[in-house]
Amino acid sequence: MAFVEGLRCRECGHQYPAQALHVCDFCFGPLEVAYDYDAIAKVISPERIAAGPQSIWRYADLLPVDATAPVDLGAGFTPLVRADRLAAELGLGELWIKNDTVNPTGSFKDRVTSVALTKARELGFKVAACASTGNLASSVAAHAARAGMQSVVFIPHDLEAAKILMAAVYGGQVVAVEGNYDDVNRLCAELTSEYPDFAFVNVNVRTYYAEGSKTLAFEVAEQLGWTVPDHVVVPVGSGSQLTKIHKGFHELAKVGLIHGDPSEIRVSGAQATGCSPVATAFAEGSDAIRPQKPSTIAKSVAIGNPADGWYALDVVRQTGGGFGSVSDDEIVEGIRLLARTEGIFAETAGGVTIATLAQLARSGVVRPDEKVVAYVTGNGLKTTDAVAPHVGPTATIQPTIESFEREVSLEDRGR
Amino acid sequence: MSIKIRIPTQLRQLTGGSGEVTVDGSTVGEALKALDAQFNGLGERLFDDAGQLRRFVNVFLADEDVRFLDGLNTPVTDGQTLSIVPAVAGG
Repeated sequence: MAFVEGLRCRECGHQYPAQALHVCDFCFGPLEVAYDYDAIAKVISPERIAAGPQSIWRYADLLPVDATAPVDLGAGFTPLVRADRLAAELGLGELWIKNDTVNPTGSFKDRVTSVALTKARELGFKVAACASTGNLASSVAAHAARAGMQSVVFIPHDLEAAKILMAAVYGGQVVAVEGNYDDVNRLCAELTSEYPDFAFVNVNVRTYYAEGSKTLAFEVAEQLGWTVPDHVVVPVGSGSQLTKIHKGFHELAKVGLIHGDPSEIRVSGAQATGCSPVATAFAEGSDAIRPQKPSTIAKSVAIGNPADGWYALDVVRQTGGGFGSVSDDEIVEGIRLLARTEGIFAETAGGVTIATLAQLARSGVVRPDEKVVAYVTGNGLKTTDAVAPHVGPTATIQPTIESFEREVSLEDRGR
Repeated sequence: MSIKIRIPTQLRQLTGGSGEVTVDGSTVGEALKALDAQFNGLGERLFDDAGQLRRFVNVFLADEDVRFLDGLNTPVTDGQTLSIVPAVAGG
């Protein structure tokens, strides 16, 4: 917080104080936090970070809030797992999975929520709110409960049962909106103007919220011994996470924590074909992102009108990455492949990432000579419906040795 | 046609603090031009030099994004509501 200079419009450069503002009054462009990187470089070091908590708050110097008393459930510092068995299946070399399924409410959203509500409390807000495809709702409700704040979360009415339950269990208000996520988002953007005492984490507090995703880059670099990967593959809903991961690596270079050139990191995006406005623009070589009406099982990334789509597209193009999109069947196969090879059970967005990684490996965009990190950002227990038709008991037997030996084929062991 | 336009916080200093304004027009574009005529300086916030909606401005007619309709040429009927909403939200 000591290092925040204010907010600056990404489009026109207009400056603002560090208040609850998310877009420029003049051009409606997104506001970004401006930091004094020279001052950060003077204090930050691998040792200082290593002495910090085992959470995103070890990187507090690069976050836009006062971290002395954060709203914290322990988000972040999740495992980076070397994935040799998956790499062998895909014909890749050094492959790592950033396993963000193990966050407190089961998705990467705990990173952004923790930052957003810490800032919201600092600004005096009493009510935590959000527009959610599911994961954010539970994260906001849980962090608000922890902070003793009221919460009002908005979700599409047709979400997976587990996501609705997970949003509701924390005791806040859960408003199911009869519409898709883009309808929910539009409603919340309008409510922000009418209820200025609500901290909508991904609307009026979005500038701070989005910064939490940088920790996905910080952790990967630290876990790789303060080096950077050659190529990262990131799921794309709004596009915010992808752009912030890219920004995170560049910030580490600015403050002297990594050696090497972060502009050599290739960034690739992953979408579901049923909601692929950014992948479509990439494939067509277009700058215009046409909104879509989503139809996919990957509801957590089903954003037809992505706020940061253009910026995500720009990062992928600039870095020489690729953009893939995958069908619902491929998503389910991606979930099963990751589970079968690495023991990680991801939700549908993780299936999008793995299936896209497979697609980009087949097409030669992701290469076997690269050090690759794939971001798996949500827990499979949230979307069991997607795999329920495909997996179950492999045998049902009597409680006898004879029945076991008759019904169970031991050749399947170790598969 | 009398059209209600909902104004976001970011533009309310131009509308004297008003969050809702009524204008006349037979298309989305005409209604927004009428809004500009009523409140000086509002048009340049909404439109780029080519007269198109700025990249970060979304306009909804009866809660539907006008880009799914006929954009600025979308006809409006008496009593409908237009919403101007900053595009950078969500996710």
